[in-house]
Amino acid sequence: MSYDGPATSPIADDDSLYGPVSNWESDFDHADPQYNPNTWQIWSDLREGCPVAHSDRYGGVWLPVTHADVQRIAHDTETFSNRGPLVMRGIDGQDPVEIGDSLNLTPLTSDPPNHREAKAPMLPYFSPKRVAAMEDEIREACITLLDEIGTTTAFDAAERYAQHIPTIVTCKLLGFPIEDAEQLRQWTKAGFENINEPPEQRMARMMEEFGYLAARVADHRANPQDDLTTFLINCEYRGEPFSDERILHNMALLMVAGIDTTWSSIGSSLWHLGNHPEHLARLVAEPELWPNAIEEFLRLYAPVTMARKVETDTELHGCPVKANDWMLLPFPAANVDPTVWDRPEEFLFDRPKNPHFAFGLGVHRCLGSNLARLEMRVALSEFVKRFPTFVTDETQPMEWSVGQIRGPKVVHLRILEAAAPAA
Amino acid sequence: MKILVDKDKCTGHARCNAVAPDLYELDDNGYCSLTELQVPVGSESDAQAGADECPEGAITITS
Ligand code: HEM
Ligand code: SF4
Repeated sequence: MSYDGPATSPIADDDSLYGPVSNWESDFDHADPQYNPNTWQIWSDLREGCPVAHSDRYGGVWLPVTHADVQRIAHDTETFSNRGPLVMRGIDGQDPVEIGDSLNLTPLTSDPPNHREAKAPMLPYFSPKRVAAMEDEIREACITLLDEIGTTTAFDAAERYAQHIPTIVTCKLLGFPIEDAEQLRQWTKAGFENINEPPEQRMARMMEEFGYLAARVADHRANPQDDLTTFLINCEYRGEPFSDERILHNMALLMVAGIDTTWSSIGSSLWHLGNHPEHLARLVAEPELWPNAIEEFLRLYAPVTMARKVETDTELHGCPVKANDWMLLPFPAANVDPTVWDRPEEFLFDRPKNPHFAFGLGVHRCLGSNLARLEMRVALSEFVKRFPTFVTDETQPMEWSVGQIRGPKVVHLRILEAAAPAA
Repeated sequence: MKILVDKDKCTGHARCNAVAPDLYELDDNGYCSLTELQVPVGSESDAQAGADECPEGAITITS
């Protein structure tokens, strides 16, 4: 596209800016309800012209859609700051976060060089070896959910299955009472389903969540456990114990980053299998294909688009990008760029290589990527073991979330064949 | 044949280890612990698979 102006900065929260999108090149909105259901078409139309869209909404926001641009932006942390990972009305990206600062969700919202110290303490907790120890617990939780579904033959697998797995896992990881998983699910659902909820409402929910987390930190101080909350309490930063603030913000980030992302991936994968009986049948017959299938689900239905705040004026395809503009970082678009991927929009079990960007790229690589993969593998393979034949229920509407975390709000399935639960 | 890992590029995706665990060991943080490794005879295609899977392009295979 060619973009010439405006030089003045528009008012970010002028209501008149936020009607339905008329033009996806010059007035796009990632929070328009038409965006998530149509992303492949929108990106592919953009790639025909200048592959970067612009909009005056949110005070100025860009959407690049090529693999090369996503890669460049993710790696250039000097020009593109993580102080604004979510583009929403009424906020303008916080200051870059120093460790111990009260604002925001470090390490997600930190930039180098602080970022390294912000992330490092939690890395060993999320290594493949460490998360593998959770496999049995995750499997048990999945089997319980499947037992509860029982002989029901038509249900919403988002509500009955996918949404419960990462909430239960988060409770186990942080050592919260398992009954609280439902509360975590309700909080997460409110944010997931309504990106444009009024800021006061969002704030009120965040305060409630922080109150809950503070109470769990207090429990753990009184009664240390073998879990991530106690681990954070015992961590040190430059010789001092972590501040309560840092502990709370780390915990809050895990709730924000680890739950609806994972439930979206599990939900999209089930939806795909419900629409593609040939893929489901192959996984039933050849379970050794699961690892390939998981990577294809992640590539095709990557749920996370992040954003950056532009620090210094720069250029993208000849378009002048100004300091303080927002730059969306659609990892999912890079994953279907036809200049890099053969048959990009097809699900292939035998893709020769699959170095997709679903978990991001560069220093902010998803901390939970190994855990998320484990949850997907266990949740999906247990579901298929119990229900080897199912289809999506065409009589029910399909609805995508609105905003930067893309996933199905509902996954209505009809079960055609159920295996007996293990005794 | 040799594996070379650029530590500045590795961000701990752990994909090399997932597809070729015998060649690509991880450190406690889940990052690739190799900088250089002579590929044992017979493991050439595993070495290449690990490199192909790395989203950061951190791994080079030399002949
Ligand atoms: C399929 C599920 C998931 C996907 C697709 C996903 C994706 C991502 C992506 C793309 C980023 C990069 C953010 C950026 O570049 O600014 C990220 C960061 C992060 N994710 Fe995930 N995530 C998932 C699950 C999880 C889980 C289960 C956890 C933890 C329990 C988690 C914790 C984090 C954290 C803490 C960060 C920030 C890392 C940093 O800034 O260095 N994620 N995730
Ligand atoms: S796949 Fe690449 S980034 Fe990941 S651990 Fe291996 S070398 Fe590092």
